[in-house]
Amino acid sequence: MKMVDSDKNITHVPVTREEEGFGICAGAFMGGKNPAILMQNSGLGNSVNALASLFELYKLPVLLIMSHRGTEGEFMSAQIPMGIATPKVLDALEIPYFNPKTPDEALKIIPKAWKIAETEGTPVGMLLDIKFW
Amino acid sequence: MERIETIKKIVSDLTNELVVCNLGFPSRELYHIKDSSTHFYMLGSMGLASSIGLGLAMSSNRKVVVFDGDGSLLMNLGSLVTIFNQNPDNLTLIVLDNECYGSTGSQCTYASTVNLGKVAEAVGFKYRFFFDDNNKEFNFKEVLNSHGPVFVHIKVKPGNADVPVIPMEALEIKDRFMVEIKTSK
Repeated sequence: MKMVDSDKNITHVPVTREEEGFGICAGAFMGGKNPAILMQNSGLGNSVNALASLFELYKLPVLLIMSHRGTEGEFMSAQIPMGIATPKVLDALEIPYFNPKTPDEALKIIPKAWKIAETEGTPVGMLLDIKFW
Repeated sequence: MERIETIKKIVSDLTNELVVCNLGFPSRELYHIKDSSTHFYMLGSMGLASSIGLGLAMSSNRKVVVFDGDGSLLMNLGSLVTIFNQNPDNLTLIVLDNECYGSTGSQCTYASTVNLGKVAEAVGFKYRFFFDDNNKEFNFKEVLNSHGPVFVHIKVKPGNADVPVIPMEALEIKDRFMVEIKTSK
């Protein structure tokens, strides 16, 4: 978050719920920005309808950068069900995603992921497992 | 007043504002009254009209007008909090409040017991307008001249006008809208 806030080229909009963030990202893209959303994978569950009936329908790009709870090393059993469901939800929505293992790898993938998002007009996911962070 | 009459009245005062319109009948009614490349008609993503409007207002210099509904706003009340904090002076959020989910069969919302204007006031919105049948001659130019974010609460009659589905594909709506925004920069 410090990185995000120290970069003058990034407009950071904290939101009250992830689905709201997707609405803002859609508007921001149409206004000329390259939107990304930072969230935990729980937020994917909150946003399924927006991803399908806004992003897929209108072919809008956005990056979904998600910490993936419920993966190896998880200490809270409550995180397991959504952790297991997350890749399946992405698959069901036909959202392509990457699973970088290190910050260096993530840094290389991000421009590539955005290129796919922009060219195809689709959300693209970045799943960051517990081991990543 | 009927919702379609209210939309008609407002649209007659608009010039080149960008308009985001809530899905279902409000978009159909707007399209029926007047179609324009400045209109973004939502076809899905219930509840997100105000959020799409906020994202747009923050990334454009143009004035953005959102036609939202009571049911839609109640699904995304947090949006008011975010709009207040981001404080875009080019955003006007109009809530056409018919106290029901008009596009799904007019089931009641809680807007009959909770005053959405008071909610906006409690959140902190400075510029607020309220219109109902007691002030029929509402002057929308005054609203448009205010520097926002502006919250406009309008009580309208429940019910939808008998207007057809919008004959445009989603991509057509988006592409035309984005060309409109790009060419104005």
